[in-house]
Amino acid sequence: MTEGTENLVDSAASADAASRRATVWEQLVRNPSVMFGAIVLGLMVLMALCAPLLDTMDPSSIDPAWRNKNPGVEHLKTFSDGTEREWTYRMGTDTLGRDTYSRVIYGARVSLAVGIVVAVLSLAIGLVIGLVSGYIRWLDTIVMRVMDGLMAIPGILLAIALVSLADAGLVTVILAITIPEIPRVVRLVRSIVLSIREEPYVEAAISVGTRVPLILIRHVLPNTIAPLIVQGTYICASAILVEAILSFLGVGIPPETPTWGNIMAEGRLLFRVYPHNIMFPGIFLAITVLAVNMLGDGLRDTLDPRMRKRL
Amino acid sequence: MFGFIIQRLLATIPVLGMVAVFVFLMLRLTPGDPAAVLAGDNGSPEQVAEIRESLGLNEPLVVQLGIWIGNILQGDFGQSYFFKKDVAELILLRVEPTLALATTTLIFTIMVAVPIGVIAAYKHGTWIDRAVMAFSVAGFSIPVFVLGYILIYLFAMQIDLFPVQGYKSITDGFWPFLHRLILPSITLSVIYIALIARITRASVLEVLGEDYIRTAYAKGLTPNAVLLKHALRNAAVPIVTVIGIGIALLIGGVVVTESVYNIPGLGRLTVDAVLGRDYPTIQAIIMVFSFVYVMINLLVDLTYSLLDPRIRY
Repeated sequence: MTEGTENLVDSAASADAASRRATVWEQLVRNPSVMFGAIVLGLMVLMALCAPLLDTMDPSSIDPAWRNKNPGVEHLKTFSDGTEREWTYRMGTDTLGRDTYSRVIYGARVSLAVGIVVAVLSLAIGLVIGLVSGYIRWLDTIVMRVMDGLMAIPGILLAIALVSLADAGLVTVILAITIPEIPRVVRLVRSIVLSIREEPYVEAAISVGTRVPLILIRHVLPNTIAPLIVQGTYICASAILVEAILSFLGVGIPPETPTWGNIMAEGRLLFRVYPHNIMFPGIFLAITVLAVNMLGDGLRDTLDPRMRKRL
Repeated sequence: MFGFIIQRLLATIPVLGMVAVFVFLMLRLTPGDPAAVLAGDNGSPEQVAEIRESLGLNEPLVVQLGIWIGNILQGDFGQSYFFKKDVAELILLRVEPTLALATTTLIFTIMVAVPIGVIAAYKHGTWIDRAVMAFSVAGFSIPVFVLGYILIYLFAMQIDLFPVQGYKSITDGFWPFLHRLILPSITLSVIYIALIARITRASVLEVLGEDYIRTAYAKGLTPNAVLLKHALRNAAVPIVTVIGIGIALLIGGVVVTESVYNIPGLGRLTVDAVLGRDYPTIQAIIMVFSFVYVMINLLVDLTYSLLDPRIRY
């Protein structure tokens, strides 16, 4: 093929891709599930980023005189910078007298960060392993054995066990949640690679002597993007839940850090008297996960109609 | 058929072997000397050396792995660091509550999820269908423990219908046993119902488009007969598959639910073991749960030919 025709084919392909992208975009905007998920999630992210501006106080500031207050209690509070101001505990306080409202708002930061980082990390690692093992046969057998083994361990259990191996902290928790998610991504990517490598255009690329890394990047990778975005949202939702579960069980991020799971773990003991410490973070957690799941469902229906049947 | 069972059984060996290698490496990669932990704070260096010798910790890693797997096959999971007991004994003591909770949850789930899935598919596109789908999305999103506390708050505290927490063995009478399991089972089943209702709806919906369904209606069968005998029967394989895969969710949920409801089962033991950095117990629990998970999915594979006589091995 001469350079001229190659360019021609390339530009035709990209024009086609551009028009398809436009319709996909329109479809996404029209999908109520996507819009609901995206808006709620966007609001949560905004809330997490703007936490200091939302009339919050230091989420770790302890006030022994105002422990276990019900939502709506007001009092004249002296802040650490010496100012005095009428303060309403919108969501009450916990057993150490910390403001639950501020903790819930700041807690969004950890939950969302964990969800997003775990999704990106497991997609990236799974993508690389899946691409390589789908293309290199002898490696495939070994990799898939390892993945089968990992998948035979129930996810939450594996995450709980993994956090016990290192010091509790954000990084440990993220890694512990990421590792059980990887095999599913690897399987997904591998199955795509296996079907794409039989396509005529890949055969054509091989026949003109294109090297394997280039085939993977140019022909296989683009086909994985849509399913991976969908998978990524589901991983994000499950990661947010698992982080909360780990914190709730007391094996996750250290209790000083406000996370939704930690606030609930703290509220467990006095739940019968003061349910607000479990209810408020619980509501935020459920709404966030719901938004991410709905975003995922909507994305799946528009980007990857074939997956619809799979569940 | 028999050959197939043997073949599938053999296929689980590498999977479980892989799990064993992970679990073994997890312990060995952690800092700290198990012998020193077992000897306690007042253990002399000689005692530690003796324990090291008796545990085979001076051998090369591969030999240790071999010894460890050999011990597991004989039912010896070692000594718990935290409870100072045989881990196998510890686990046996905790099996009953977990098994009871998992069984009631499974029964309840199937009893609810399959019918609502079938109805949703039959009433495809109506508000019933949308309600079932909405429930299924919501069910995936509500954290198990939040749901647990909401149910405790509503049904144990506001209306005094159920005990708040706790567990009674079946040997203390059937009603006290069941009474304490109802709320935990409902809590645990919601996510599972969401999953199975969804797959039931999807696979029944697919079958309902088939020609033989139209034929069944045409020859005058009632909708009930068509749905149960023709549609559900043919949609059964994917449903049963997902029930098997969903066991992983169930196991994860058990850990949380037992903590919420204070049930002294394997889930609570897991949390206690992790908090106490009790590695032999953690290893044993992972091995046991993974074994159960793999075996249940093996069973699921074997039921395919019962559910669908076209599948022959």
